[in-house]
Amino acid sequence: MTEIFGKPLPVILGQTLIGLINGSFYALLSLGLAVIFGLLNIINFTHGAQYMMGAFAAYFLLNKLGVNYWWALLVAPLAVGVTGMVIERLMLSRLYKLDHLYGLLLTFGLALIIQGVFRQEFGSTGLPYSIPESLSGGQNLGFMFLPNYRAWVIAASLFTCLATWFVIERTKLGAYLRAATENPAMVQAFGVNVPRMITLTYGFGVALAALAGVMAAPIYQVNPLMGADTIIVVFAVVVIGGMGSIMGAVVTGFGLGIIEGLTKVFYPEASNTVIFVIMAIVLMIRPQGLFGSR
Amino acid sequence: MAEVLRVEHLHAWYGESHILHGVDLTVNKGEVVTLLGRNGSGRTTTLKSIMGLVGRRSGSIVVNGQETVAWPTHRVAHLGIGYCPEERAIFSSLSVEENLMLPPRIGEGGMSVEEIYEMFPNLRERRKTAQGTKLSGGEQQMLAMARILRTGAHLLLLDEITEGLAPVIVQALGRVIVKLKERGFTIVLVEQNFRFAAPLADRFYVMEHGKIAESFTASELESKTQLLHEYLGV
Repeated sequence: MTEIFGKPLPVILGQTLIGLINGSFYALLSLGLAVIFGLLNIINFTHGAQYMMGAFAAYFLLNKLGVNYWWALLVAPLAVGVTGMVIERLMLSRLYKLDHLYGLLLTFGLALIIQGVFRQEFGSTGLPYSIPESLSGGQNLGFMFLPNYRAWVIAASLFTCLATWFVIERTKLGAYLRAATENPAMVQAFGVNVPRMITLTYGFGVALAALAGVMAAPIYQVNPLMGADTIIVVFAVVVIGGMGSIMGAVVTGFGLGIIEGLTKVFYPEASNTVIFVIMAIVLMIRPQGLFGSR
Repeated sequence: MAEVLRVEHLHAWYGESHILHGVDLTVNKGEVVTLLGRNGSGRTTTLKSIMGLVGRRSGSIVVNGQETVAWPTHRVAHLGIGYCPEERAIFSSLSVEENLMLPPRIGEGGMSVEEIYEMFPNLRERRKTAQGTKLSGGEQQMLAMARILRTGAHLLLLDEITEGLAPVIVQALGRVIVKLKERGFTIVLVEQNFRFAAPLADRFYVMEHGKIAESFTASELESKTQLLHEYLGV
């Protein structure tokens, strides 16, 4: 059997795949955080809870309303995105003139409340959500078995990330967003309704988190604390990539997922900490992050 | 003459500091009106207040017959105002062309992109420059003006457009102002450079301590020279 550095190739490829899947979620979540931070200057600590809400929304849509996975991919992010817009209008919009810290504290508090309510209602054991019929099974690639659903998650996440990047960097809508990130007052002086744009942007970032939640539901269980665990790693990803950089969030998300996977092969003891070790090193050498400018 | 802008008893505050203490001025259609005054006399704040960019305001700002003092900035802009701030505010994350095309249409009869490039040939040459802020100071100033000519704005608020620019560029901007006036734009200039403003403006206001201290027309300019020396120290 082929070996690399004394490890069998299938093991390496298998862990790379798992890394890519985790990376898909890191990328989607840190992308949403980056979009929100760029325009709102708020570090959205509620992101993990909103990811969890996406998974729960998919669960309820299926079990209470009979809405299948494919519709949930559309409906859950919309619904959770709307709750985000309400939060922005009622609460976050009052904090923009204050220090970053207040937004962080508010969103952190909201995350605890939301997670607490869900745990009270549904316990913390987790609810099952099965893989949609059309994506069950898998492909034998010769060197490894690739479950169809996981391949789909990687492809869908990559597509969503690139589409978001394209819209922000290459379209007129994105030009408004980039300009308002730099100087919202000036964009508003051109006649653009910037407060509405901010609300929609927050809604979009939250919808990305919810989309990740729907995609995660069949892989991990639907659990009130699923976001709390993931979001810590995602914040490390964001710190490494640099706050507010779109491509940085995507590349770092996938890259760190893979590094984490490979660490499991070569030095399993460090697999849970490797991202934080990288974060510490990046903070020392390049505090603004690998792709960040501020 | 139709009144485009009427400001009455305008007070404005930045946080605790009271900057404008009752500004009164009017601007008629097709006029070039210049606000003169020393630094800190409140000219920039007056323009910002008209745009709704100052936190707290009181008094009256009537644009095209509409009272706007309580309006959010984007609504004010849609009455047909183009604003060119002192710091130019070119976006570094946008290319030159994106900067030019950014402001949305807010009225009828804006200039075409071709006409704008004719007026500012440098911008045509440099339109592919990836970062708007990579342009020279003069080019950035031209871009900051050019982008508000496309939108159909008919009242232009131009803050210190000659500041820090070489004389040859200042002259070019002077010719642009003349052309814009010929096209029927109404222009409010905030200027430090009295020589630049003197031949262009129909009327002058002199500001001091957040108020209008003096106003006169271009024909009275000669007789006011001594007074201006006192106010501006020029």
